[in-house]
Amino acid sequence: MSKTLFDKVWDSHVVRKIEGGPDVFFIDRHFIHEVTSPVAFLGLKSRGLSVLYPERTFATADHNTPTINQHLPVEDPLSANQLKALEDNSNEYGISHWGLGHQKNGIVHVVGPENGITFPGATIVCGDSHTSTHGAFGAIAFGIGTSEVEMVLSTQCIMQPKPKKMRINVNGNLSKGVTPKDVALYIISQLTTSGATGYFVEYAGDVFENMTMEGRMTVCNLSIEMGARGGMIAPDETTFAYLKGKPLSLKGDAWDKAVAYWKTLKTDADATFDKELTFNASDIEPMITYGTNPGMGMGISKHIPNAEAVEGGVATYKKSLEYMGYHEDDAMIGKPVDYVFLGSCTNGRIEDFRAFASIVKGRKKADNVTAWLVPGSHEVEALIKEEGILDIITKAGFELRQPGCSACLAMNDDKVPAGKYAVSTSNRNFEGRQGPGSRTLLASPLVAAAAAVTGVVTDPRDLL
Amino acid sequence: MAYDKFNILTSTAVPLPLENVDTDQIIPARFLKATKREGFGDNLFRDWRYNNDGSPKKDFILNNPIYSGKILVGGKNFGSGSSREHAAWAVYDYGFRCVVSSFFADIFRNNCLNVGVLPVQVSAEFSEQIFNAIYDDPNTEIEINLPEQTITILSTGAKESFDINSYKKDNMLNGFDDIDYLQSMKSDIESFANGLLL
Ligand code: SF4
Repeated sequence: MSKTLFDKVWDSHVVRKIEGGPDVFFIDRHFIHEVTSPVAFLGLKSRGLSVLYPERTFATADHNTPTINQHLPVEDPLSANQLKALEDNSNEYGISHWGLGHQKNGIVHVVGPENGITFPGATIVCGDSHTSTHGAFGAIAFGIGTSEVEMVLSTQCIMQPKPKKMRINVNGNLSKGVTPKDVALYIISQLTTSGATGYFVEYAGDVFENMTMEGRMTVCNLSIEMGARGGMIAPDETTFAYLKGKPLSLKGDAWDKAVAYWKTLKTDADATFDKELTFNASDIEPMITYGTNPGMGMGISKHIPNAEAVEGGVATYKKSLEYMGYHEDDAMIGKPVDYVFLGSCTNGRIEDFRAFASIVKGRKKADNVTAWLVPGSHEVEALIKEEGILDIITKAGFELRQPGCSACLAMNDDKVPAGKYAVSTSNRNFEGRQGPGSRTLLASPLVAAAAAVTGVVTDPRDLL
Repeated sequence: MAYDKFNILTSTAVPLPLENVDTDQIIPARFLKATKREGFGDNLFRDWRYNNDGSPKKDFILNNPIYSGKILVGGKNFGSGSSREHAAWAVYDYGFRCVVSSFFADIFRNNCLNVGVLPVQVSAEFSEQIFNAIYDDPNTEIEINLPEQTITILSTGAKESFDINSYKKDNMLNGFDDIDYLQSMKSDIESFANGLLL
């Protein structure tokens, strides 16, 4: 029977099918971090269970870590306590731990691929919804809750019903100034935040085939924002070239054997999907969000839609605009910006810093803007220095911070104050996501850079 | 983590007719610093429920003494966003045993089932009927019958059935969780793992 890429990977990981229930689903790689794992370890202890395959779990500290002075003890006692718990639990159960200050430390969805832990055809979970990032490699990757973290630790399996399948095709060429982030925000704006709930998405078409791994990761990362469990892209030469020689990638014969198998991970020509959507690359312009969910996005040159023109409840929509301090019909261009955040597992990779630098080069940071530039990992940080990007951004008046999730969820001190506007390259513009009362405009690194040098929402195409 | 068995629940309900209620609203990230599962109910809907100075916001539904009960009735796409199970813990710890919505986000629904909160998905029309019934009379009771898989508005008699897979249903009825099941099939899992390439 013909199968989709998703079927091939899913079916090869089912240990048992339960009649009228979920599949018992085997997990190849499990990432843990300090926030969603402590209670899972407590659960293990209270049941007297051990970790079945510690070598399949990888710990990194990222959600709750400071992005300056990482060499000093963490000041907030609660955060310090969580970091200590991760370290102690990892040591106790023999799990590799890349804690704060470790050379390989960084955001879980950045360091996983960077080190070759992620691979095509793998099943990958983590107690973080943006685990979907790893789907860029042709893996089935999705976020889980803490109870499931406990299941994976103790049995390397979770219980999951198989999701429905959706394919999203984007064909043609992207215009100048349009990045993978814009492609994703565009798709979400078309589908709404719940449009893909219950589905696992495969992205196909020229646009994704021509994308770098960094770009594919940005797109797959945002799958969850349209409700999908995850998204994936068939592995190809770009994927193999990225993974080859990474610290934990296979070597020699084992690598060749694996590549031969990975090449079979494609959707068969006559395989079918429960739903299929197709978009044109040429319809996509640089995007920006104006509301309090990632589906409330539009082309940067457009005006905020009327409540009647959008799907869903008028009351919810108006409450959202009120929170943002915006009105129907407002243009976004020229709106004031107080903060700019470049970073997160969505846009904290080297390519994102290159894009940011391409606009700020030879310009100056606007005085009214506070900018947080946070690399996704120490490796990204090293590349920023090596490629001369640090020079460019320093000359333009920016500072580089240390790796971590930072203002993506504002668990550490990087919080946007109430009422202030932040153009953010992260993934969620929910009320208070970047600090109580904060107002978030999601956008690409180019749009973030344009805002950072002009102090207002600006079309990056005018500065390229 | 063990939770109370669920069978038939008859209770008044709290209406929250907003759409896209995300888990950052249910429990903001700054309350995720605990290393134990305790006290999350106090911070359920923290920023909608309290002012910055910690005083309750009068216009938020949980602060309105007229509405109470073990059932939370939410708007469409309830629980979207972050996978934090803390959101489901907060709902449970606050005292809700059931969340009703015309549409749930996937991970939240899963998390609820894992911690003993029953997610009941109803049609958009039925969801309207529930809201109206509660607004007409905040003492309206709703009956959730898990064995029969039905939800009934007792004041009007309106009734609808809901879906749950038989495995999860058994778990809820018996207060079991997935770990109990997975533990029982460990040798199968080990032989499966032995056959893997990577
Ligand atoms: S950067 Fe944001 S979305 Fe990504 S792992 Fe960290 S908190 Fe989650």
